[in-house]
Amino acid sequence: MTTPPASQGSYGTHHGPYDDDGDQPLVRPYAMTGGRTRPRYQLAIEALVSTSVEPVQLQGLLPEHQRICQLCMAEVKSVAEVSALLAMPLGVARILVADLAEAGLVAIHQPGHEGEPGGQPDVTLLERVLSGLRKL
Amino acid sequence: MVAGGFGVGKTTFVGAVSEINPLRTEAVMTSASAGIDDLTHTGGKTTTTVAMDFGRITLDQDLILYLFGTPGQDRFWFMWDDLVRGAIGAVVLVDTRRLADCFPAVDYFENSGLPFVIALNGFDGHQPYSPEEVREALQIGPDAPIITTDARHRSDAKSALITLVEHALMARLG
Repeated sequence: MTTPPASQGSYGTHHGPYDDDGDQPLVRPYAMTGGRTRPRYQLAIEALVSTSVEPVQLQGLLPEHQRICQLCMAEVKSVAEVSALLAMPLGVARILVADLAEAGLVAIHQPGHEGEPGGQPDVTLLERVLSGLRKL
Repeated sequence: MVAGGFGVGKTTFVGAVSEINPLRTEAVMTSASAGIDDLTHTGGKTTTTVAMDFGRITLDQDLILYLFGTPGQDRFWFMWDDLVRGAIGAVVLVDTRRLADCFPAVDYFENSGLPFVIALNGFDGHQPYSPEEVREALQIGPDAPIITTDARHRSDAKSALITLVEHALMARLG
């Protein structure tokens, strides 16, 4: 008895769900957030996310939350990188990261936003950036 | 922030100096963030996706600089407002063959008070106009630096960023 060969028809040239050819993800993006479109608090697009959770702590989390934790475990990542690397819209990444922060599973660093009104980086930070750029 | 008209080399600039290949993040614009004017052009569609490319430079163990190319269409101001908060400043890339393309970006940064430098991106190595001619044409005040650059070259992109941070620092101290 032979098994029929896998259909090569329309699936033969199948692309991944996030290929840049106009495919839509199978799940509407905001389904992951339970329909919420605003995070509990406003995260900057460049806010850094880090985590030191143990893999065992990830059990029971939503798959998207787990993926964010796994991504930020090896290296600190910005909210923008979470969005780009996990192929989720920026607004969704913001909400999911804020969820994790509230649950104490990730730490958020928003250096440019502390202290001064208007959120402008302070002089010390600018000097550090300048010195860092010159050393590149 | 790296701003300028469509096709002026924003992503090229980001890629030249970023330690990672530029990444793309997408934001969904809803009717709430679009403003009434924009909806008249979208035929009742209430969401639009805005793509934005960005790169990253690790400057120190605990210091990472992100470079965000502004969305190509200038009408997505809500994304710009989002980026301006916490930003050091903006490099406005200019193609001198299409000078008018940079007007919206220059206007935006002048109004928001974010320090910016104008970087003339020389396509094929040509710089047909001097920085002072461009300053005159754009009616840019004497404060904002105008430099020439080649967005493909790391050293040029790095130098543009240094000029920007120096300018931002002067603006802060002055």
